[in-house]
Amino acid sequence: MVEKIIAGVTVNVNNEGYLENPAQWTKDIALEIAKEYNLTLTEKHFQVIDYLRKAHLNGETLTMRKVGSSGIVDIKGLYELFPGGPLKISSKIAGIPKPTSCV
Amino acid sequence: METKEKFPLKKVCIICAKGAIEDVYAALVMANGAVMEGIEAKLFFTFFGLDAITKKQMKKLKTATVGNPAMRMPGGLPFPTLLGGIPGVEAGVSAMMKNQMAKLDIPTVPEFFEMITAGGGEIYACKLAADMFKLKKEDLWEGVTDIITVGQFYELAEGQGTQIIFV
Repeated sequence: MVEKIIAGVTVNVNNEGYLENPAQWTKDIALEIAKEYNLTLTEKHFQVIDYLRKAHLNGETLTMRKVGSSGIVDIKGLYELFPGGPLKISSKIAGIPKPTSCV
Repeated sequence: METKEKFPLKKVCIICAKGAIEDVYAALVMANGAVMEGIEAKLFFTFFGLDAITKKQMKKLKTATVGNPAMRMPGGLPFPTLLGGIPGVEAGVSAMMKNQMAKLDIPTVPEFFEMITAGGGEIYACKLAADMFKLKKEDLWEGVTDIITVGQFYELAEGQGTQIIFV
């Protein structure tokens, strides 16, 4: 575990840059992490992020399929929002752990 | 200190030559897992693997209850080969297996293909096998990009950081 300053806030991250404690997350942190992926977050991105955070806090295992059937975005849309790793990148920006599902 | 340069995987070309549900799923899980990680994926179906992308068959894939030494009864007792040969047993066992997978939120075969192509993965059929089974493009799932030769398949595999996986 390392301490890192993101958007002026000191947070604990793991060696891959995922927040260790989702409670330390703020919208500014999301915007800052998104910059690493050249993403400018829109309202739609934040709807997905909110969904991921709520699902994670409910103890759910997140899969592409679950997000795709959330009613917020379909799977194709999720790939368009977070290119190059839809579930992985969105989870990182949402301040929740790296997804462990194979689907 | 020695620093090792990493060469991450950029593309996987997966060949599926079998039509049993577990073999098809192995190919689908690997292809989907690749696009999820931002790795390009090309899937090539040949011989009995063509069932996975044939409209008439793709929803009816089965597991072998005969000649499958890893087949067990629920609870772990051995599954007698003679039992596996009784009509309906293969369908019943396959239905049970699909039910178990649905519980784990594993998509059905057509849905899995939708997911892979949504992520930019591409699906191909082998020309030689399609000719042999007398299958035309219209017999195949609508998301299949093309029917191609083995030479064209190797062309798809061009570029550094590509791996070919045979199922």
